[in-house]
Amino acid sequence: MPYGPAPEADNVVKAWINDHGGSFGHFINNEWIKPEGRKTYQTKNPSTGQVLATTIQGEETDVDQAVSASRKAYDSWSKTPGHIRARHLYSIARHIQKHMRLMSVVESMDNGKTFRESRDCDVPIVVRHFYHHAGWAQLMDTEMRGWKSIGVVGAIVPWNFPLMLLTWKLAPALAMGNTVVLKPATYTRLSALLLAEICAEAGLPPGVFNVVTGNGAMGSQLATHPDVDKVAFTGSTEVGQKLRRAVAGTGKKLSLELGGKSPVVVFESADLDSAVEGIVDAIWFNQGQVCSAGSKILVQEPVKDQLIMKLKDRLKHLRVGDSLDKTMDMAAIVDESQKKSIEEYVQHARGEGAEVYQATGCFPESGCFYPPTLITNVQTVSKVVREEIFGPVAVLLPFRTAKEAISLANNTNYGLAGSVWTENIGLALEVSLNIKAGTVWVNCHNLFDAAAGFGGYKESGYGRDGGKEGLFEYTRPSWEERLRPEVGEIDYKTFGSTVQQRPTMGNAPITEIPVDGIKMPGIDRTYKMYYGGAQKRPDAPYSRAIYGADGQVFGHVGEGNRKDVRNAVEVAHNAAPGWGKRAAHNRAQIVYYMAENLEIRRNEFAERICKLTGGKLGEGLEEVDLAIHRLFHWGAYCDKYGGTIQETTLYGATMKIHEPVGVIGMACPDEYPLLGFVSLFAPAVIRGNCVVIVPSEKHPLLALDLYQIFDTSDLPGGVVNILTGDRDHITKYLTEHQDIQSMWYFGSAEGSKFVEYTSAVNVKRTWVSYGYKRNWPDREEGQGEEFLYQSVQCKNIWVPMGDIFAN
Amino acid sequence: MHMTGITTGAVCVYPNRVAECKKALKELQATEIPIASVATGFPTGQVPLKTRIEEIELAVMDGASEIDIVINRQYALQGNWQGVYDEVQRMKVACGDAQMKTIIAAGDLGTMANVYKASMVCMMAGADFIKTSTGKESVNATLPIGLVMVRAIRKYHQMTGFKVGFKPAGGIRSAKDACTWMSLMKEELGDDWLNAQLFRIGASGLLTDIERQIFHHVTGRYAAGYEMPMS
Repeated sequence: MPYGPAPEADNVVKAWINDHGGSFGHFINNEWIKPEGRKTYQTKNPSTGQVLATTIQGEETDVDQAVSASRKAYDSWSKTPGHIRARHLYSIARHIQKHMRLMSVVESMDNGKTFRESRDCDVPIVVRHFYHHAGWAQLMDTEMRGWKSIGVVGAIVPWNFPLMLLTWKLAPALAMGNTVVLKPATYTRLSALLLAEICAEAGLPPGVFNVVTGNGAMGSQLATHPDVDKVAFTGSTEVGQKLRRAVAGTGKKLSLELGGKSPVVVFESADLDSAVEGIVDAIWFNQGQVCSAGSKILVQEPVKDQLIMKLKDRLKHLRVGDSLDKTMDMAAIVDESQKKSIEEYVQHARGEGAEVYQATGCFPESGCFYPPTLITNVQTVSKVVREEIFGPVAVLLPFRTAKEAISLANNTNYGLAGSVWTENIGLALEVSLNIKAGTVWVNCHNLFDAAAGFGGYKESGYGRDGGKEGLFEYTRPSWEERLRPEVGEIDYKTFGSTVQQRPTMGNAPITEIPVDGIKMPGIDRTYKMYYGGAQKRPDAPYSRAIYGADGQVFGHVGEGNRKDVRNAVEVAHNAAPGWGKRAAHNRAQIVYYMAENLEIRRNEFAERICKLTGGKLGEGLEEVDLAIHRLFHWGAYCDKYGGTIQETTLYGATMKIHEPVGVIGMACPDEYPLLGFVSLFAPAVIRGNCVVIVPSEKHPLLALDLYQIFDTSDLPGGVVNILTGDRDHITKYLTEHQDIQSMWYFGSAEGSKFVEYTSAVNVKRTWVSYGYKRNWPDREEGQGEEFLYQSVQCKNIWVPMGDIFAN
Repeated sequence: MHMTGITTGAVCVYPNRVAECKKALKELQATEIPIASVATGFPTGQVPLKTRIEEIELAVMDGASEIDIVINRQYALQGNWQGVYDEVQRMKVACGDAQMKTIIAAGDLGTMANVYKASMVCMMAGADFIKTSTGKESVNATLPIGLVMVRAIRKYHQMTGFKVGFKPAGGIRSAKDACTWMSLMKEELGDDWLNAQLFRIGASGLLTDIERQIFHHVTGRYAAGYEMPMS
């Protein structure tokens, strides 16, 4: 008994295209703009190869026009009360619902995805996103106190979920009072243009949301446009890295949602039949063209053969066909070039001797289709295991113990998502917490909701789309104005690579101490660096003279180099797992204890500050007291910022966990040598991070005096590691280190640009000052919520329920 | 419809009416339609085993070729699966040549794990069909319950080679629902299960809607319920 055809009609979409004469321009200021002389791009239906419409390839002047419209609209939109913005977003949600069918059909025709998915997944999520963010606009004044809008957002989105992913940028951006210029992907421009038209119909003021179409170069023009204040990108890691470099040092905010190679971990305690269906959702959803696709199946050995058998059996009746046929499980790949890339990966696996299984219950003779594929007998070194294929191809590897599963799951440059399959809730949670990824689904995969942020760890990017955590990507602290540092070209190869090197002989401080009337030479005090809980001499023992305010040499510190960075990062990583697992109460006790021990030495520290900086004793005492206050502030936050329960549409619990970022490199400012140091390390450390920190280059001694306090306060070795020397030299090696997860830099505008540019290689997070000297004593500038934002990364764990029924 | 040869899968009656039913079918010259009878103290099963066994024997003697039994829910909820197995096996013996459908009364079982276990135990004890419910529980044939049961059937087939049939009962009232259940069978068990030998829907209310949909298919017009003869 076969399935009959169940076609969805395309006539309304065709009528919409015809209304536009089969040809679309940009949508700027709520008007269609079609500049003369532009090249065009014909968008096709991948299922049939039929041409749908013509769109234009924008040029730089088009970007200028859209950005200037957006900038103008920003003046009023950013001042529009939250309640009014909420009404607008609500209206957009309503209008999308009125046009739901049209949008779903357009999306399926332009992208090639099944209508079943565009109707039941993409578009409902879009609607939900606008409703949810209408709420955030309404509540911004109360829930986002201390934060304000950024300005013009340049959004660049991919072709796999054209409408959904643009919404993930647009809704929070508008809710927080920003205006948007969007560049949709080349293959899939129609739904973005339709949405822009619908937003205008819904009454969104002109210029608030603009769409320009064009190639990748135009995307770069948008990103680097001086009047764009924030770049929001979803797409490949490669393009994300390019954007990071392109906007380095400009003071623009950036969020990147990039690729993935997400593990699906199936334990022997899993319900295998459910796991099979989950794997269908994980890797064959949207033809596997999903950044969070569960493309790496890890299965416990006792059930490996059974799972493979069940998967093969399942594949036999997956149906591949026209995107508008409602009985299809899978439809078309977006474009021939993408299909070719998938084919090459699979061919490569065959060449390595892997077993490639492909079978379907129905497969069309023509059109851009690729069969669902399962690859077994592969090794961890295989290209298909390590790289993102972005197609309906899963690899399967066995494991024996949970620990091995975690190692395999994390053996990747990516960290976007993952899923865990077991009926044992304790195991599920433990493994979820150990997978380094932004989303972990328990007994499900690829669920999305506006109330839960989506985004990655490691080379999967930073920033979150959705949830309260996502709002921080579209806001900045209220006190802060965007800086536009004028930094010329930097030679990234030589920046910070050499340090001043000349012997320090002859400028040693001479101290004499009178004892019983006899003058004796003071005992020499050698400041060392501090890492792994011990005082360390520099790898290459050179010294750096530190001068007091009177111009006299006050002491010497070690001149740190890349080997010191290597050693310190190593011990920081050794300490990180244990520190992260410590009870929050215990971390708090340690930080309070630091404050207690610092207060005992209050006068000594104050005098030292004054000697070095030349301030009055009162100022020194004030800085020490503020540092103590700050330790208490962050000590208090040890057990009060662990996360929250997200109110998603899941029947179950979606838990947002504020996880540590990892090992953070830090370069402290020269001003406030004690307070600046404490203000930076404390919030990171209380949230479970370990830090490698360069204290004030000019006045490092205060930080070094603190290591005695760390030791007496029971701070475990490796949690705070102090390297002294040239700020930019050590920064260079910290930023270039592949196993530093974030770099905080409070120094020059040039150094800031260097850090942002260099961070692109492993997509580490950055937080830089652009040369701005913070008012550290100020509560907002010195201990605002942004310190917490920078100290955590959000993981959402989805745990479904559904065991209880009937009686 | 006579020309198409399409008939109901079986006529299902209480044991007391089996003889009467047999007579009626004979008069209608429809003796090929099997008579099914619910037995074993339907719907609760709260009578002594001896009586339940006798009920089966009487129904078979009167001409029932299919017997729908109910499992012992007390045993199931106590985890006494051996007890459930022993009883069902004795019932199977009592059925003789008649086909045995075992009603697991899923709505009374509390967990999906119990639904799965009850399905497995019944198949192991010789069930020809497993059936969701009596139609008298608060929850009857829901898709999640059906999914668990057909997956048990699939597993049992993989382990033993025996094909056991499935019968969702209670709450299936529209032709659209019936199509959904058919696609469940097709997807989970395959085309082999898409016939009356291995798939039945227990729902007396369904027939009218199927007739209405056929009416629509033929005429292009939606029929009123009263235009169809009551079933």
